[in-house]
Amino acid sequence: MNPAAPISESLLSLAFALLLLAPLAVAGVALINVGLGRSRSAAQTLLGNLAMAAVAVLLFALVGSAFAGALPGGTGHILTLAGKPWSLAGTGPWFANGLATAPLQAQLTLLFEIAAVALCVLLPWGSGEDRVGLLPGIAIAALIAVFFFPLAAHWNWGTGWLASLGVNFGLGHGFLDAGGAATIHVLGGLAALSVVWIAGPRRGKFPKEGFSTAMPGHNAVYVLFGCLLTLIGWQAFNAAGALLWMHAPLTALPQAVLNTVLSAAAGLGATFAVTRTRFGKPDASLCANGWMAGLVASSATAAVVSPLAAVFVGLVAGIATPLLVELFELALSIDDPSGAIGVHAISGLWGLLAAGIFSSSTGQFLAQLVGITALLGFFLPLIYFVFLLVNRYLPFRVDADGERMGLDLHELGGGAYPEFVIHRDESYR
Amino acid sequence: MKFAGLLVMPAGFFLTLAALILFNDPVQRTAFVLCGVAVQGLGLGVAVRGHMSNRGESY
Repeated sequence: MNPAAPISESLLSLAFALLLLAPLAVAGVALINVGLGRSRSAAQTLLGNLAMAAVAVLLFALVGSAFAGALPGGTGHILTLAGKPWSLAGTGPWFANGLATAPLQAQLTLLFEIAAVALCVLLPWGSGEDRVGLLPGIAIAALIAVFFFPLAAHWNWGTGWLASLGVNFGLGHGFLDAGGAATIHVLGGLAALSVVWIAGPRRGKFPKEGFSTAMPGHNAVYVLFGCLLTLIGWQAFNAAGALLWMHAPLTALPQAVLNTVLSAAAGLGATFAVTRTRFGKPDASLCANGWMAGLVASSATAAVVSPLAAVFVGLVAGIATPLLVELFELALSIDDPSGAIGVHAISGLWGLLAAGIFSSSTGQFLAQLVGITALLGFFLPLIYFVFLLVNRYLPFRVDADGERMGLDLHELGGGAYPEFVIHRDESYR
Repeated sequence: MKFAGLLVMPAGFFLTLAALILFNDPVQRTAFVLCGVAVQGLGLGVAVRGHMSNRGESY
């Protein structure tokens, strides 16, 4: 992903058409978040998904896109070290000024990043569901859209220092992240980890004595249908990303789309086999997580590996996912209802590594490692400490009573399923 | 303990940056970057341990 060269208008038209499908990934992840949460918080969770995506899109278009440098407008904040330029942040126009007169490629870059930021902010919301309030959720989305995501987008895509590792230091093609494995999924997954660490587990999840309490999602149909929706969105992201960030020719796109499907299918198949072997029956929500893990890993690899390698990438992600869920819950005391930390952060990291492993370019693996250390060593501590500061003034977690009655009643005044769901532990209020 | 772990992680990141700036030789550069990854792993491990040790305090 070295600095931009012009792309033909016909390919840009295709990228535009693909970007119209990308929001289906957002819809799918929102549905998965709702299905994996409790029924007493379903409306609050879905409203939160919508509100966070709305706030993120607004703030990124108005403010964040300037730091991301999506639209032309200045040379960017460049530091010169060891005789090489390190582009640290963009200096585009505020409020998407000049969008109409910008080159088509820059306009599509902004559209891609807007769809990506909407997806990124849903990941911490899914991990914090059933205990994080709407206002803190919106504050989280705002911070991601204005600061963290634009910085990551500038570094990883376009002319940022990570994307230019190939030109400046001879490391392959620079940091490869065509479908957003790092910028969307690892960043969102690390934000999810920060939220879970700060907000703590759902009440009763980890009793002082004994094992953790199982709190299964309330609607497997939402979750599995969400998985089907995400496939379309992911294909769009991976193909449009290959066009915009890697300048892939048209002939490379069918393989990128096929690799996306293969990776997801292998992920689901592997999780199906693992859960059937371990529990005697396949687990629906874990299988959905396996599918998603395959998709997330494909975000880094779809445009750069062979179909066989894509299957391998999905298989590893699918095998790891159910084991990670158990590890997080039973050993590490991490309560992550949507599984975003394992599915998005860890599978995203695996995909980024795999892109380096399967690349034939010299130095590509090192470029991927440098990108990963930037995500873990720069973004994770930064996100955690900023969220910790926000939590002091706007506590992430609702009060114990609100959590017990459900966030639908507590925050919205009415349930998602008012006519036919009565919770036993609400009846004695 | 969690804070300490999270504060160690940027040190690993700076090691990888130093590897890019200081070394041209791919072997030295790779070794330095791998050291950075190891430091980050150490920091993450300490942060996770810190989270686990707080588990019984609030819930």
